[in-house]
Amino acid sequence: MMAQANGHAQTQGHEHGHDGHHDQEELRQFGFWIFLITDVILFGTLFATFIVLRGNTAGGPGPELFELGGIIASTFILLTSSFTSGLAVLAMNRGNKQGLIGWLIVTALLGLSFIYLEVTEFTKLVHEGANMGTSAFWSAFYTLVGTHGLHVSVGLVWMTALIIQLARRGITPVTKRKVNIVSLYWHFLDVVWIFVFTIVYLMGVM
Amino acid sequence: MAQGTQNTHGSHGHGHGEGGHHSEGAHAHGSLKQYAIGFVLSIILTIIPLMVVLNDLLEGAAAIAVLLIAAVLQFAVQLLFFMHLREEQKPRYNLMTLIFGLVILVTIVGGSMWIMAYNGVVN
Repeated sequence: MMAQANGHAQTQGHEHGHDGHHDQEELRQFGFWIFLITDVILFGTLFATFIVLRGNTAGGPGPELFELGGIIASTFILLTSSFTSGLAVLAMNRGNKQGLIGWLIVTALLGLSFIYLEVTEFTKLVHEGANMGTSAFWSAFYTLVGTHGLHVSVGLVWMTALIIQLARRGITPVTKRKVNIVSLYWHFLDVVWIFVFTIVYLMGVM
Repeated sequence: MAQGTQNTHGSHGHGHGEGGHHSEGAHAHGSLKQYAIGFVLSIILTIIPLMVVLNDLLEGAAAIAVLLIAAVLQFAVQLLFFMHLREEQKPRYNLMTLIFGLVILVTIVGGSMWIMAYNGVVN
C-alpha cells in the first residue's frame, strides 16, 4: 500500500528499512506535539495579559462593541472545520485520496470564512474607534485574537500546500504524517478558539 | 502523535502479521462514530454557555463557573475524540508533555491574576 504510492525507488529496501522509517515519522509527529505545547504556553501568556488588562479601557470603548452574532457564526464554523479535518484523516486511513482531498478543501474553505469574518469584525471595530492603540484592553484584545487568527491563516497556507502535494504524490507515509500533523494543528486551533470565545467574548458581554 | 501511533500501526498492520498490533491499530484509528460523538458534544458544550449569557440565566461567579466548566469540558472532548489522546500507547509522552504544558499555563494565568489582583496601579 505504501510502496505503491512511493514509487519503485523504495520498493526494494522496503521490508528492511521499514521500522526505522516508521519510528522516525512517529518521532516527527511527537516533535510537532511538543511545538503545540509551547504554543499553549504562548497563548497562556496572551490570555494572562488580556485577563489582567480587561478592565483598562482608559475611558474609551470597551467590550460593549462586541457583536455576538458574527462571533457565534465563527465559533460554529471553526468547530465544524475541526470535525471535517477529522473526516479527512478518516478518509486517508481508508486510503481514499479523493475523500481526503475533498474534506481538506472543505476544512480550508471553512477556515477561510472564519478569517473573513474576523477581518470584517476587526475592520468594524477600528471604524468604531477601537484600534490597537486605543487602550490596554484593545491592545491585549488584538494581540490575543490576532495571534489566533494568524495561526489559522498559516494553517490555511499549509493546508493548501498539502492539498497540492497530495494531488501530486498521493497518500505516502510522508504525506500521511503531514495530514495527521495538520489536522492535529487544526484541532488545537479550535481548542484555543473555545477559550477566546469564552473568556474574551462571552465574559466580555456578560 | 496520539493519532500517528495508531495510523502507522493500522496501515502496516497486516504487513507485520501481528494480530495484536493490528487490532489495536484498528481500534485506535478513530471511527466516524467517535468523531460524530465529539462533534455533537462540542456543539452542546458551545450552546450551553451561549444560552447562559444570551438569556442572562445566571449572574456573577455562577455564570463564570458554568462558562469555564463548559470550555474545559469541550477541551477534554476535543482531546479525547478528535486528538485521540486516550489511545496513546505507553509510555505516554504526549500526555506527559501536555500535563507539563498545562502546569505552566495555569501558573502563568493564575499567577498573573493573583499578583495583579493586589496591584493598586492597574486597578
